[in-house]
Amino acid sequence: MFYRESGDFKTSYSADQQTFPIRLDRHVVYGILAFAFLVVPFLINDYWEKSVLLPFLVWAMAALGLNILTGFCGQVSLGTGGFMAVGAYACYKLMVAFPWLNMFIVVILAGLITAMVGVVFGLPSLRIKGFYLAVATLASQFFLVWLFNKVPWFYNYSASGMISAPERTLFGIPVTGAEAPPWMTYLFCLTLVTIFAFIAHNLVRGRIGRSWMAIRDMDIAAEIIGVPPLKAKLSAFAVSSFYIGMSGAMLFALYLGSAEPNDSFGIAKSFLVLFMIIIGGLGSILGSFLGAAFLTLMPVLLKNIMVGWFGWPADLAAHLELLLIGALIMFFLIVEPHGLAQLWRVTKERLRLWPFPH
Amino acid sequence: MAELTQDGRKIGDILLEVKNITLAFGGVKALTNISFDIKEGEIRAIIGPNGAGKSSMLNVISGFYHPQQGEVWFRGQKRGPMRPYEVARQGIARTFQNIALFKGMSTLDNLMTGRITQMHTNILWQALWKGPAEREEIAHREKVERIIDFLGIQAIRKTPVGRLPYGLQKRVELGRALAAEAKLLLLDEPMAGMNLEEKEDMCRFILDVNEEFGTTIALIEHDMGVVMDLSDRVVVLDYGKKLADGTPNEVRNDPAVIEAYLGVGH
Ligand SMILES: Nc1ncnc2c1ncn2[C@@H]1O[C@H](COP(=O)(O)OP(=O)(O)O)[C@@H](O)[C@H]1O
Ligand SMILES: [Mg+2]
Repeated sequence: MFYRESGDFKTSYSADQQTFPIRLDRHVVYGILAFAFLVVPFLINDYWEKSVLLPFLVWAMAALGLNILTGFCGQVSLGTGGFMAVGAYACYKLMVAFPWLNMFIVVILAGLITAMVGVVFGLPSLRIKGFYLAVATLASQFFLVWLFNKVPWFYNYSASGMISAPERTLFGIPVTGAEAPPWMTYLFCLTLVTIFAFIAHNLVRGRIGRSWMAIRDMDIAAEIIGVPPLKAKLSAFAVSSFYIGMSGAMLFALYLGSAEPNDSFGIAKSFLVLFMIIIGGLGSILGSFLGAAFLTLMPVLLKNIMVGWFGWPADLAAHLELLLIGALIMFFLIVEPHGLAQLWRVTKERLRLWPFPH
Repeated sequence: MAELTQDGRKIGDILLEVKNITLAFGGVKALTNISFDIKEGEIRAIIGPNGAGKSSMLNVISGFYHPQQGEVWFRGQKRGPMRPYEVARQGIARTFQNIALFKGMSTLDNLMTGRITQMHTNILWQALWKGPAEREEIAHREKVERIIDFLGIQAIRKTPVGRLPYGLQKRVELGRALAAEAKLLLLDEPMAGMNLEEKEDMCRFILDVNEEFGTTIALIEHDMGVVMDLSDRVVVLDYGKKLADGTPNEVRNDPAVIEAYLGVGH
C-alpha cells in the first residue's frame, strides 16, 4: 500500500528535517530524477524539447523565483516579465562579450545581474505593500521592456532590434544556436533547474525562509521579535530575481534562440507566472513545478486532443483551449484555493493514515 | 545588593528603566511623564483600565513607538534610537495583546523564528544546507524542543498555528517569546480571553520561567487576583499617568488606586 506509516517515527532531528521526510516521496522523486536524467535524453526529439520539456523547465524556474518572493515573502510582483528580460539581455551581452565563458556561468551571472536589478526595484517594498506594491512592480515591468526597446546598446545595434543567441558549446557540443541537439539543451536546463530547486528548498526551510514567511504572515510582529524587514524583503527580491533572471536567460538562449522585449517578456508573461504559482500553490516548491506543468503542458495536451484526435481546425482549437484552461483554473481554485500542492498534501495525509483515519 | 523575595528568588539590580516617557499620537497623550524600573529577576506587573497606555508602554520598550520625550535605559546604558529588531537582539522578547503568530507556519517554525536573533549562518551555507546550516538548525531545534516539552505542546508541533484554538495559540506565542531566551520578557495580557484552567496553566508557566531560568518578566494583566499572586511589584497607569508603584499590597491599599478602580465619589 502507499504511504503506510500512520505516525511520526523519526528519532533524530536531522532525520525529521530531511528534504523528503516520507520514504515513498523520496523514492518517487529520486525515481523521477533518474528517469529525467538517464532515460529522457535518449528518447527526446525536437517536438518534445521545444513544445514540452524546455518550456516546462524554463517556466518552472521562473515560478520558483516568483514563489520565493510572493508565496514565501508575501510581496506581490507583476514585474516577472521585465526581470526575465534583464536575465535574457544580460545573458546575451555576456555571451557576446565573453565567447569563451561556460554557459552555466553565463546563465548564473545573468541571474546575479538580475538579482541586483531586482533589489533596486524591490526598494519600494520597504514603504508600500499589497496592491500598491503590485502597481509599483508593474511600473518596473513597463520600464524594463521600454528600456530594452529604446536603448540599442542592449541589442548591440542590430537592425531588427532583436537579440539572438550565438552558438556556444559545452564539452565540444553546441548548447545554444540552431545546431544544439535537443538532449543537450534539455540536460542543460534540467541540471540548472534541479540544482536550484534543491537550493530553493534549503533556503526556505532554514533561517532565511522563516524570516521571509514571518514578514509575509505578520510583518510588524516579525520585526518586533527580531526579523530585520529590510534584509528579509531585499533578500527575497534578490533571490527571486536571481531565479527569474536565470529563467529569462534560459528562455532566450536555450529555448527561443532569439528574443524581442515586447513579445518574449511582456506583461502577459508576468501574469502567466503569477497564475502558475497561484494554481500550483503559494509558498510551495512542489507547487511551483505543478503550476508550471499545468500551464505549459495543459495547452499542449488540449491541442493534441482537439486537433490531433478529433481533427478540429487549429484556430477553433486555440480558442477552445483558452476557454478550457480558464475554466480549469477556476475549477481548481474553487476546489482547493491553496493550489495543487495542497490538494496533493491533503490526499497524502489521508493515504498515510489509511485505513484508520482517526 | 541582591534582595530575596519571600519565596526565596533573587532580585538583582535594575535591568530596565524608563525615565519621564511622554508619548502622544497627534493631540492624544497616551503616556505622560512615566518613570519606573524593572529589576533583574522580578515579575513586574503593569495594570490600569482600558486605554490607560499599558500596551503603548510596552511598544515604547520594544522600540516600536518612539516617545516624544524621555529615555529608556537597558542594562545600565541609555538606549539611542533603535529599530524594534535591534531591541529584540539586545535580549527583549514579547507577546502581543492580539495574538500575532505567523499563521501560515507550524508551531515548530513559529518557535524557531523566535530564535532568529541568534541564528547567523549566511545565505550560501543555507543554500548548501549540509554543514554549518544544518548543524545550527539542529542546535536550535534542541533548544526549541525543550520549550515544546516545557509547555506541553508536543502534539501540535507540526500543526499550522492558524488551525489551533485560541488558548493554544496564546501558549504557542508564549513559546515563541521564550525561544528567544531573552533577558526581559514582555507579556501583553497573556491570559486575556482564557478560561480558568488555561489561566492557571499560564500562571504556572510564567512562574516556572521566572524561577527556573531567572527571566525577568513585565506583564500586563487585568485580573487583579492573578496580579496579586504573580507579581513582585506593580505599576498602575491611568489615562497615561502613573498612579501608583509598589508591592501588590501597597498598591491595593493606595487611595488613588482605590478611587480609580472603585470609582469612589461616583
Ligand atoms: N498607534 C496608535 N495611534 C493612535 N492612538 C493610539 C495608538 N496606540 C495607542 N493609541 C492610544 O493610546 C491610548 C492608550 O492605548 P493602549 O496603550 O493600547 O492602552 P491599554 O493597553 O492600556 O489598554 C489609547 O487612547 C489609544 O487610543
Ligand atoms: Mg492594551
